[in-house]
Amino acid sequence: MSTPLEKLFTEAKTENRALLIGYLPAGFPTQKKAKKIIKAMVSGGVDAIEIGYPYSDPVMDGPVIQAASDEAIKNGAGVAEVFELLQTSVELGVPSVIMSYWSPIEKYGATEFAREVAKRGGSGVITPDLTFEESDRWRLESTQNSLNRIYVVAPSSTKDRLSKVANECTGFVYAASLMGVTGTRSLVSANAKQLVERIRSVSNTPIAVGLGVSNKEQAKEVAVFADGVIVGSAFIKVVQEFGAGRTGLKKVKQLAESLSEGVRSARKI
Amino acid sequence: MAKEKIQDYESKVLGHFGPYGGRFVPEALIAALDELAEAHSQAQSDPEFNAELNQLHKTYSGRPSILTDAKRFSQYAGGARILLKREDLNHTGSHKINNVLGQALLTKRMGKKRIIAETGAGQHGVASATAAALFGLECVVYMGEADTKRQALNVARMKLLGAEVVPVTQGSKTLKDAINEAMRDWVTNVETTHYLLGTVAGPHPFPTIVRDFQRIIGVEAREQVLELTGKLPDAVLACVGGGSNAIGIFHPFIEDASVRLIGLEAGGKGIETGLHAATISGGSPGVLHGTRSYVLQDKDGQTVESHSISAGLDYPGVGPEHAYLNDLGRAEYRPITDDQAMYAFSLLCKSEGIIPAIETAHALAGALEIGNELGKEATLLINLSGRGDKDVQTAAEYFGLPL
Repeated sequence: MSTPLEKLFTEAKTENRALLIGYLPAGFPTQKKAKKIIKAMVSGGVDAIEIGYPYSDPVMDGPVIQAASDEAIKNGAGVAEVFELLQTSVELGVPSVIMSYWSPIEKYGATEFAREVAKRGGSGVITPDLTFEESDRWRLESTQNSLNRIYVVAPSSTKDRLSKVANECTGFVYAASLMGVTGTRSLVSANAKQLVERIRSVSNTPIAVGLGVSNKEQAKEVAVFADGVIVGSAFIKVVQEFGAGRTGLKKVKQLAESLSEGVRSARKI
Repeated sequence: MAKEKIQDYESKVLGHFGPYGGRFVPEALIAALDELAEAHSQAQSDPEFNAELNQLHKTYSGRPSILTDAKRFSQYAGGARILLKREDLNHTGSHKINNVLGQALLTKRMGKKRIIAETGAGQHGVASATAAALFGLECVVYMGEADTKRQALNVARMKLLGAEVVPVTQGSKTLKDAINEAMRDWVTNVETTHYLLGTVAGPHPFPTIVRDFQRIIGVEAREQVLELTGKLPDAVLACVGGGSNAIGIFHPFIEDASVRLIGLEAGGKGIETGLHAATISGGSPGVLHGTRSYVLQDKDGQTVESHSISAGLDYPGVGPEHAYLNDLGRAEYRPITDDQAMYAFSLLCKSEGIIPAIETAHALAGALEIGNELGKEATLLINLSGRGDKDVQTAAEYFGLPL
């Protein structure tokens, strides 16, 4: 049985377009505001949502997401907020996944975590620091609960490794566009394109590109060759600058609209 | 414990120690970790590599380090014989140089020109900066901002040696956050850069590599004790933060079933206060910095900030091999409070004329406890892992001395 996320990728393929995937840490800047931000993202045209589990030691993340995670944790965000925001997002009608470092999942219990994600209607979990070798348990739990298992691959991955990890993924393969941590970048696409081509040669699973995409032009460029475009830090920056009041939410929606336009116009002639 | 169990406990392939160890890192680092594991395993069986390292030990860092019979200190330790393995006499003032020279040679072997390192007390940073100068490598050291203040002298030493010191302002601004920053640098610059990790934590192969380069402490000490006393010691003691000096002296004794292996963790203000860095005594199994081990964490798996008067032990994780030795019952781990450590610090200064690092003072406090438990028939081998010059300011403040 396919997850809502898988169905959406199939639909997008028939429409010949890439998906826009938005990221927000649970409880950022507060849980109440996070719910409104997600709503603004979705009403601006974001197709799918990643709820970040704010973690104390996010080694994959740059300063923007680190600061957002710290703020969320300070404001009390924990596992309850992660599941609650996941449910909020699902109820808005968009396929939603959790992105979490392994420590919080292991502490909660992989079995219980997988069950709860499924119960809340989540499509899957992105695990940025769970390696193929350590995945036996998660493979079992995610399969039993019909969840997508999404791993992050990088430009440094060897062909052999790329094939192993990509074939472990369901839903989509998360392609890190560059060697580095999350954050907005001025240049994205050259490395990303090459990586996407390398993944395509070993796997048929949809590929979404993350790390560095922050504006319409970049989203458009990436959407030409990828099946999904992931944007996180750019949304967070807007909230950090304008807050999550009326102005901030309007700006979030505008960014989503602009990125969505980029994604939707990429393959039109 | 049965011999075969001891020999089998380390999985050579995945870097697991029982349920601990392994790799929990972004995929971007896998290629570099594989390259490092391969370089290490080739080097281990390369006589030229070993000859070069031995030569450096002999003519640069001053090995073998000597064994000191601490007769006056012994009077405070129930009369037990106290033998100090003097890693404080190594070049740069601690055991950290052993690992750094080994990894610097590996860096050369891999053709990389830049090293990055994390540091808490500054000892590993100084050692890394030293090796970088010796081998002509670029060196960047990440250090928590709080630690740059309490270890200002070592910051100056690193800069004099030509390294760049980056103060880390995130999180608790200590060693844990310095490691996060170093990992982020590594993810970004992995092609040109070797991450010279200073302790037996982190993803495979680091716990194995660092252990292999620190084993020399125990190999030498075992021979020296046998030669001096004609028998094995009753117990081997070392302080444990990440656990590199402890695993270095423990490892060659693991199969000597009669020898107790005792790690002394930083009990800070006392485990019951929550202000401590005693990861095994007061933590639980979890994942931190790329490895599964004991971690100080809350119910959500968030790392809890540690506390210790000693910057080098102020770390909420511990090496996975220690976690497994603890669970097997082969090694025991006890907390030592700030006050106990400072008492032992002062005692060694005044009874032996040796100013130890505050990290090391935790092992000395353990010697006072264990010596009094075992009495004067016992022989205790203590790893005197570092000297205390860097701690003079902290100690002066603690004892209320005018500066």
